[in-house]
Amino acid sequence: MSDGNPDIQILDGNRAAALGAKLSRVRVIAAYPITPQTPVTEALSEFVERGELDAQYIAVESEHSALAVCTSASIAGARAFTATSSHGLAYMHEMLHWAAGTRLPIVLACVNRAIGAPWNVLNDQQDSISQRDTGWIQIYARNNQEILDSVIQAYKIAEAVYVPVMVCYDGYILSHTEMPVDIPSQQNVDRFLPQYRPHTVLDSRNPKNYNLVTLANPRVNAEGVLCHGYMELRYLLQEALQNSRETIAKVGQEFGELFGRSYTNMFWKERMDDADIVIVAMGSLAMEAIVASEMLRGEGYKTGVLGLRVFRPFPKADVVKALSKSRLVVIFDKNISYGSEGAACSEIKAALYGSKVNAAIRNFIVGLGGRDVAAKELADAVKKSLASLTEGVPNKEYPEWICHI
Amino acid sequence: MQTRGCGHICGESSPGIGEAGKTGEWRDSYPLIDHKKCIPAKQGKAACFQCWLYCPDAVISKTVPVQVDMEYCKGCGICAEVCPAHAITMVAEETSCSS
Repeated sequence: MSDGNPDIQILDGNRAAALGAKLSRVRVIAAYPITPQTPVTEALSEFVERGELDAQYIAVESEHSALAVCTSASIAGARAFTATSSHGLAYMHEMLHWAAGTRLPIVLACVNRAIGAPWNVLNDQQDSISQRDTGWIQIYARNNQEILDSVIQAYKIAEAVYVPVMVCYDGYILSHTEMPVDIPSQQNVDRFLPQYRPHTVLDSRNPKNYNLVTLANPRVNAEGVLCHGYMELRYLLQEALQNSRETIAKVGQEFGELFGRSYTNMFWKERMDDADIVIVAMGSLAMEAIVASEMLRGEGYKTGVLGLRVFRPFPKADVVKALSKSRLVVIFDKNISYGSEGAACSEIKAALYGSKVNAAIRNFIVGLGGRDVAAKELADAVKKSLASLTEGVPNKEYPEWICHI
Repeated sequence: MQTRGCGHICGESSPGIGEAGKTGEWRDSYPLIDHKKCIPAKQGKAACFQCWLYCPDAVISKTVPVQVDMEYCKGCGICAEVCPAHAITMVAEETSCSS
C-alpha cells in the first residue's frame, strides 16, 4: 500500500536525517555540532523550538556527553537520537561501547567524514569503519531517500533486537546535496513504528543498578538468582547482531508494504543476474559504481554492482550467494585498515573462504579525505584488475590506491 | 553453565546485601578488634563508632560491642587506620599458597 498523496520535497541529506528523527517522534536529542553534521542539530533544535517536535533538546559540551545523555535517556524509557561525524564519533568511542553493552536502542546518524591527522572536513568512511567493533548495527545510505527511510527503520530494528543502530551517509556528497525525497506522513510512520518499550527501566520506585562490576564468571545475585558473567552478556550481544538480519529484512519489508520502498536485502544488487565481474562499494560510492558498471557494459563487459547497505551484521551467507557466478570481484573502499586492506574487502574475503566461489579479488582504496572518485576511474580499475588476472594471482596481499603516488 | 534463566541482557541488579557476591572471599587480612581498647566496649555504651562510619562496605555494626560481618569484609584496613584507640589490628589470612 502506498502512502496516499506523495509529499516530495527537495532536501539535503542532513535535513532528511533530521526529518527521519522527527517522524520517529524522538523524545530526547543530544548532539554536539561538527562539520558536516551541524545542519542536523540545527534542524532538530528548530523543530523543538517551534513546538513541532515534543522532545528535549539537551545541549552538551562534547560528543562523549551527547551519547552519555542519550544512554541515560534511553534507559529511562525515552527514544533517543544523536548525530555526529569524524572526530566527534571518535570522541564518542567509549560511550558507543556503553550504549551497545547496555543494549539500548539509540539511533545515531553518522555523517561520514575523514579523520585527522591532517585536518580534513571532507568525506570518507574511516570514522564509522573505525567504530565497527563497538557492537552497533551499521547501515549505509546511498542517497537522501535512503537516509530518511533508514532512520525510521533503524528505530524499529533497534527496539526489536535491543541493539543501537548507526545510520551512515557520506558527508557533502549526500549531507549537503539536495535531491527529491518522498516524505512519509506522520500518520503512517506512527502505524509503522510502535511505542518504544525498554527491556529494563530506570525507575526510582524500583531501584536497580545497571552495568555494575560484572566478573568473568556467572554468579548468584542477592536474590539467589544465577546471573550472567561478563562473557555471557557479550555473547548475547553477538547473538543479537547475528540474529538481527532477520529483523532488518522483516522491518525493510514492512516498510515497503506501507511506503512503497522495500529494504529486504542487506545489500543492493544492480545487474547482477548475468554478471561475472562484480564491483563492490558502500554508501554513495555504490551509485558511482553503477555508472562505472554501465560504462563497462557498454564496452561489452558483464559487470554488476553489489552495494553494501548493512555492514554490521555483515551478511556473509548472502554475499557468497550473490557472488556465486563471479570470476572477478573488485572492491572499492573509502577506508583503510592500516597495515592490511579496506574493511569491505576483508569482509568479502572472509565470507568467501571455504565457499565454492572461486573469484579473484582486487581491492582499491579510493576517495579518502574527499578526493573525487570518477566513474571512469572505477571502470579503469576494473579493466586493470581484469588484465592482471593473467598473472594468475587470485588475491593480492595489499590493496592498490587510486592516488598520485 | 547456563545462565539464560536470569533474563538480563545487560549488567543489572537490584540493590541489596551481597549483590556483588561474597566479597569477604577477596580478603587477604582481617580486622582483629581488641575490645579491651575499643571505646564502646570499654565504656559499655554507644560511643565513637569511627570504624562503623568509615567502613566503605558497611559491614561494621553500630552495636556494643561492634561486630564485623566477615562474609563481606574485604579487609581493606580503613577501620584499623581510623580507630582512635588503636584497637584494631589487621591480621593476615592463612592462604593455601605454599610460597
